[in-house]
Amino acid sequence: MDVEMSPPGSIRVEAVRKTFPKRDKPALTRVDLRVDSGRVCALLGANGAGKTTLVRILTTLTGKDSGTVSVNGWDVDWDVDRDPARVRASIGVVGQYAALDEVLSARENLELFARLIGLSRTAARSRAATLLEQAGLSEHGGQKVSGFSGGMRRRLDLVTSMITRPAVLLIDEPTTGLDPIARRTIWNTVRSLVDEGTTVLLTTQYLEEADELADDVVILREGSVVATGTPSDLKALVGEPRMELRDPSLEDVYLHLHQGGDAA
Amino acid sequence: MSATTIEHHGPATGSILREAVILTGRAMRHWRARPVTFSIQLLFPVLVMLLMGGLLGGAIAGTTGDYIVFVVPGILAFTVLSGIETTITAVTGDAAKTVTDRFRTLPISRGSVLLGRVFADMLTAAVELAVVTAAGLLLGWRPEGGVADVVLAYVLLLWLRFGLLWVGVWIGLKAGTPEAATTAQLAIWPVAFLSTVFVDPRTMPAWLGVVAEWNPLSATASAARELFSGTDLTGVTFVADHSVLFAIGWPLALTAAFIPLAIRAYRRLS
Repeated sequence: MDVEMSPPGSIRVEAVRKTFPKRDKPALTRVDLRVDSGRVCALLGANGAGKTTLVRILTTLTGKDSGTVSVNGWDVDWDVDRDPARVRASIGVVGQYAALDEVLSARENLELFARLIGLSRTAARSRAATLLEQAGLSEHGGQKVSGFSGGMRRRLDLVTSMITRPAVLLIDEPTTGLDPIARRTIWNTVRSLVDEGTTVLLTTQYLEEADELADDVVILREGSVVATGTPSDLKALVGEPRMELRDPSLEDVYLHLHQGGDAA
Repeated sequence: MSATTIEHHGPATGSILREAVILTGRAMRHWRARPVTFSIQLLFPVLVMLLMGGLLGGAIAGTTGDYIVFVVPGILAFTVLSGIETTITAVTGDAAKTVTDRFRTLPISRGSVLLGRVFADMLTAAVELAVVTAAGLLLGWRPEGGVADVVLAYVLLLWLRFGLLWVGVWIGLKAGTPEAATTAQLAIWPVAFLSTVFVDPRTMPAWLGVVAEWNPLSATASAARELFSGTDLTGVTFVADHSVLFAIGWPLALTAAFIPLAIRAYRRLS
């Protein structure tokens, strides 16, 4: 089989198809996708468009029916069978729900995962401290995750996925259910990871999230890619830029008030 | 096919044993973080023993004290059976909170998560058996068999826990939700009552005594009773006359059947 492997830090998806038993339609009909190293790609689509299925295939959690998937130079099917640890070490995953042990504290979570991937007790403690700081949670390190707000959980989950210092980070709907402030904090954390050279593929239903974070956008509909390009390219499809005067939205008001503004 | 680059951003995988021990440490932390829940779990079989002894002991054995002496080995077997609930709850809890997905995407050995579960649950079972034993001793029960027989009794109890553990892992993985633990909890009682755990099968209707003695739990309960008492006990079937043999065989069959099923279910999680 002749397959183009992805260069380091990049993602290649070619003609991927996925069906699930007992479902009429395929989850992915035929998906092609390319994310180059160091870029942020947003996968946009409504519920059921196939975003999560594609992310789970990329993370090695779910198999595909056909097509090829390559992440950071590894064939996700072939190399995972041969050397799963090396493939998985290069892929960070943030799922739709914070994959954390709620009984443990934030620090204990990070130390647990750090120890599991082979770090010594001292190195794990140091790595946990660094990641807590990156998430802005240093003061809450000893607190049980069950007492965390949704935003704190997502931030902790995000830095937990960086425990292996992966070249590629896959994020499934990072800000669903979060308030605008927490959403912006998550965006800042993602930006800091990108600044360090991490390639990011994120799925989202929020157009402004894609606009804020993404270099490239891929739009999925019913398991197929219907549009690909930069945000500017895609906006140009709609027509010429236009100037529009509008009243502030409630989100504008909320952000204004939480950033120390005066409502009066 | 190989990757065009061998760039590796994470540390190499450790040994499966080391990873399993770390995951066992996680279970220990859960105990420390939830002392009330853990205490209730430990004391539940003791409570059952006290209730059965207080309410039915006189009717079954003449006196509560005599019944306690009879029932302690059975309660030890019951403790082992009810441990399956711990396994199912842990497995479904991790799956529901997607912690299992986190483990599956980490660069760790494939088997370490399941092996960690085995270590943690076997350690928990040993503590649970110690608590029931201590309670039995306080209530007047004394093992009268030799040291080797007593040790063998505990080994057989843990051996059944090992077999049931894989049943629990499989149920937990297939069900995937914490509600499954409730279903399993409901199944524990009929299995326990339809056995030799609480009652001598010779007092049952003949056909029911046969069913009770063929219950895998009965083999371990009867074998433990025999080994702790240091005397050969009889029943109504061939199984009761060879309880030690069946206490080895039943868990072996469970292990042989459910290890492959559990591993297959873990690999097929999607």
